[in-house]
Amino acid sequence: MSNRYKLIKCTINGKEREVMIDVRASLTDLLRNDFRLTSVKKGCEVGECGACNVLINGECFNSCIYLAVWADGKEILTLEGLSDPDGGISDIQQAFIDEAAVQCGFCTPGAIMSAVEILNEGRELSDEEIRIRMSGHLCRCTGYENILRAVKKTMLKRLGKAEQ
Amino acid sequence: MYDIKALYEAGSVEEAVSLLVEHPEAQIIAGGSDVLVQIREGRRAGVELVSIYGIDALRGICYDEEEAIRIGSLTSFSHIAADPIIQEKFPVLGEAVSLVGGPQIRNIGTIGGNTCNGVTSADSASTLFAWDAVIELTGPDGIRRLPIQEFYIKAGKVDLRPGELQTAILIPKKAYEGYTGRYIKYAMREAMDIANLGCSVNAKLSQDKKTIEDVRIAYGVAGPIPLRAVTAEAAVKGCRTDQKTIDAFGEAVLSDIHPRDSWRASKAFREHIAKVLASRALKESVLRGGGEICE
Amino acid sequence: MYTGKSVKRVDAFDKVTGRTRYTDDLCDRSAYIAKVLHSTIAHGKVLKIDTSEAEKIPGVVKILTCFDLKEKHYFPTAGHPWSTDPGHQDVADRLILTDTVRFYGDDIAAVVAEDEVAASQALRLIKVEYEEYPFVLDVQEAMKDGAPQLHEAFPNNILKHTRISNGDYEKAIQEPGLVKVEGWYDTPTVQHCHIENFICYTEQVNGRIHVVSSTQIPHIVRRVVAQALGIDWGLVRVEKPYIGGGFGNKQDVLYEPLCAWLTLQTGGHLVKLDVSREETFVCNRVRHAIRSHIVSWVRPDGTYAARKLECFSDQGAYASHGHSICAKGAGSFPQLYPCENVEVDAYTIFTNKPAAGAMRGYGIPQAMWAVESHTEEVAAVIGEDPLVFRRRNLMPVGYEDGFSKNKLYTDSFNQCLDKAMEAIDYKRKFAEYQNQTGDVRRGIGMAVFWYNTAVWPISLESSSCRMVLNQDGSFQLQLGETEIGQGADTAFSQMAADVVGVPLEKVHIVSCQDTDVTPFGTGAYASRQTYVAGFAIRQTGLLLKEKILDYAHELTRMPVYNLDIKDGNIVRTTDGQALMSLAELATEALYSLSDSRHITAESTYQIKSNAYSFGCTIAEVEVDIPLCKVKLLNVVNAHDAGTLINPALAEAQVHGGMSMGIGYGLSEKLIFDPKTGRALNNNLLDYKLSTFMDHPHLQALFVENPEPTSAFGTKGLGEPPACSVAPAIRNAIYHATGVAVNEAPVNPHILFKAFTEAGLINDEPKGPSQS
Repeated sequence: MSNRYKLIKCTINGKEREVMIDVRASLTDLLRNDFRLTSVKKGCEVGECGACNVLINGECFNSCIYLAVWADGKEILTLEGLSDPDGGISDIQQAFIDEAAVQCGFCTPGAIMSAVEILNEGRELSDEEIRIRMSGHLCRCTGYENILRAVKKTMLKRLGKAEQ
Repeated sequence: MYDIKALYEAGSVEEAVSLLVEHPEAQIIAGGSDVLVQIREGRRAGVELVSIYGIDALRGICYDEEEAIRIGSLTSFSHIAADPIIQEKFPVLGEAVSLVGGPQIRNIGTIGGNTCNGVTSADSASTLFAWDAVIELTGPDGIRRLPIQEFYIKAGKVDLRPGELQTAILIPKKAYEGYTGRYIKYAMREAMDIANLGCSVNAKLSQDKKTIEDVRIAYGVAGPIPLRAVTAEAAVKGCRTDQKTIDAFGEAVLSDIHPRDSWRASKAFREHIAKVLASRALKESVLRGGGEICE
Repeated sequence: MYTGKSVKRVDAFDKVTGRTRYTDDLCDRSAYIAKVLHSTIAHGKVLKIDTSEAEKIPGVVKILTCFDLKEKHYFPTAGHPWSTDPGHQDVADRLILTDTVRFYGDDIAAVVAEDEVAASQALRLIKVEYEEYPFVLDVQEAMKDGAPQLHEAFPNNILKHTRISNGDYEKAIQEPGLVKVEGWYDTPTVQHCHIENFICYTEQVNGRIHVVSSTQIPHIVRRVVAQALGIDWGLVRVEKPYIGGGFGNKQDVLYEPLCAWLTLQTGGHLVKLDVSREETFVCNRVRHAIRSHIVSWVRPDGTYAARKLECFSDQGAYASHGHSICAKGAGSFPQLYPCENVEVDAYTIFTNKPAAGAMRGYGIPQAMWAVESHTEEVAAVIGEDPLVFRRRNLMPVGYEDGFSKNKLYTDSFNQCLDKAMEAIDYKRKFAEYQNQTGDVRRGIGMAVFWYNTAVWPISLESSSCRMVLNQDGSFQLQLGETEIGQGADTAFSQMAADVVGVPLEKVHIVSCQDTDVTPFGTGAYASRQTYVAGFAIRQTGLLLKEKILDYAHELTRMPVYNLDIKDGNIVRTTDGQALMSLAELATEALYSLSDSRHITAESTYQIKSNAYSFGCTIAEVEVDIPLCKVKLLNVVNAHDAGTLINPALAEAQVHGGMSMGIGYGLSEKLIFDPKTGRALNNNLLDYKLSTFMDHPHLQALFVENPEPTSAFGTKGLGEPPACSVAPAIRNAIYHATGVAVNEAPVNPHILFKAFTEAGLINDEPKGPSQS
């Protein structure tokens, strides 16, 4: 088949990458298989569950329904990219631990990446707004309660506000 | 890994047109949130695709020379909702597209894709119907424009000729100036859902805000494609902004809509909700226009 | 002491950094991909399968059909402990592939290919010829004479019927002055919807079958894979890595036998079988839909003279956990509201639908839907406050179940109700929301639940534990009980640290179960883990401690009875002096030239007790009548789960159960096409799992009455939170609107019907109305 492979250049978790990809691949396939970034999870493969969510140029996308070829020229951030090289973790990851927002952990990477998008805006959101912004993630373990707490606490902390 | 026979990427509209002419079997993929799902299901397995996702010229919102709002077909839902022109002149569209799926879907989903797949439940479509949107198509023979109602042919089929792609959606000045409206999505969940019914209403009030000078209403899922409820529009045009008018509007929509029975919802239920939504959306449209519901 | 404290989860760091490996993350990329061909009819016989076109697809390794299954070893799938008594064994009605189709989606063939695209292409090209039979989807229809029959051994499709008869029902209802209250209650077919779909991979290693599976029950999977292949049980090795939720679906053996067989059919090659979301809904397990009929005879003083329950449980096409679910629900009936004269008839019925198995609550959410909806009706009929009625009739303190010997030692129900009522301001709201009018109305409602932990005395309860001391005074902790997201590893580590006397970080829990290495245990189910593992951890910890102190005696020359281990040190109890660290002792013990010992401890504890775990839900709703929509404003659960090992994780566990209850009450239902038997909404768009936006703030409260039979005062909490939420929401809607809905979920479709019947919605043209 012609045009089956394409060379793309992109930045993944801060590193510039050049990779030959099968044009049939989803971004999930690329990240999981070629880069072993296994925080990108497969839960439905049709963009419903949010487990494969990653940031592309700062916005959240379900990588399962995003063609890998489209990553050409883009900056991609996965959960693995949040840890610093010494193994330190970000405030939102710590908040997920502290607020018991993690159970089976399968939706966790995607949910944290949506939280990153929200927190990067540097705005204060109401509980209702946080719920709207996190609503692309299905979770069967937490009832979303502690995920909301973790996002809210981190948001307030970054804004220098105490929790009411 | 998707079962794709071949993928051709277009960097410009011209390139897209020539790729589509060169590969007449190929289907267009924009954001892909529908196309890729259908490939995975098997419905479109083995397709040839022309990807237009990389055509940045098709993104963004501006006024054209006639002050029509011009929405590039690849503009994502989240970018539409955040756009200052939309927020100022056409906030209902921003509200409507903010109800599509969830945040990630609103980042990938495009308004062009939402209208080109011809489905009745598309959250943007009923609002575009209700605001007399014009569809711009570019093909081998150049550009043509047509009202959105003529663009939709039947369920899943739009007037997209060989070699053509949708390049913009326009809202003429006379269609938005002076109108206020409301879109209500009726679904089983508050997020990540498709509409069981969508109702978009807008009204233009008289100077004293006591009379409905003009009103437009469109539905999604009240028929095989989005539709305008013209009897209901005629029934309340020129009427006072009172509860009687609001109720009459709801009752009148039944002559226009023809929802079907399906496992997703019964006809009777959809008809009932259609009435309630029409009345509620009209009321909101009046209130947003600075009017009130008088006795 | 670590127990009782909200220490952080031991697996949280890896989970928030993406380092945790789940099954698919571990599978080598050389694996062949297997995909299953499912039947497109609901009932019939496969006559012929033509694979010729499919085999031409490049990358296809092998296509195997039901006709290639030469040796037919029927196997059971339920994640129950094996019974050596054939009379108590689960029904063995499954084959790896079947030529007799019993539901739309049955497994009739499989493709093994080098990649998933080739496998999918091949699946679409396989042609199947069937002989079609009539099918039946409704439980009561399936019981009728002449209905389509699914399994020869079970006439009228009745898998099992059990009966409880206490006192004399017929005589009791003759008492003058009784009020009769009767109702039918329906619960839907729902699915677990863990976010990680079921997945496994298998390979032949040194002549044995190595299975890695996303399962709750590795030791049971080992047994069943061997049974299905007809080989010795020791020839199978099962590993369970971290799993992305289970909720009971993975308490069944799913596709491990098929995958293992495909490995054997492809020369022992590594084969991965990754189930899609669509398949998960239909081809794994679902929750039994149960229809219940309750008749109550109530005295004017608000006590029960007689009660009767008939329930019909929809088993679907295969036996799986079978009657156990319906029986558990039915067993709660005479106990929750005790009455001298009770009759219960419980039926489990095969239908041509997906097989039903275990799911969080195991029959109790269904039973509580029926009983707590009915209780509300009874209170209304006799004109009494439902709270007062419940308090009078609930299981009293001191109640003991003659069979299990479970006992209600403390006033758990009333304590939980009091706590929940205070938190949600029940009394004020209950009074305020009486007799509302208008389109939008509010209501508040409650429901209690009955639950018992673990499976004793119906089945075996045992737990095995191993502790292996390291040179630095830390030790590995191994158990057959599995971490499935609930936080078991953390709770076990806390217990072990306390018993042995070491800092928590000195306990290294081995999370992965490997049947070649891990001590025997039957897995995660029945809300039993913390309860049953507690016994084995305490017993093994004491054993380890005894061995350590014995060696300490050698080294310190102090008598053992004056020694203890505290905070990782060998301490002389008479003066509190730390004589040496455990690390020094452990290093010496291992490398001593005079007396070298590898200090380990391992033991099994067979548990012959069991505990009740009770509580309640109160929900507050706002109902938009014209829109037929319910908004859940507030919901609170209160539980007596005994002493909490980790309050923060307990709270999180309750949130998750409440969430599942919200979906059960308001939105979730798997729908089947009456014309074909096909599931219509087997995906996460059309199946209405509740989202972030559909939840209010969830409040979890606890009453901590230590459970006297328990090794750590604790008892079950995994399933109880899902048991009473749905009926509490239903009762709140009833309070708001006066409309009693007896069919779950109370979604807009159901409300439209109910409100229309009640005259709250009138679609006839009308004059001006209040809005």
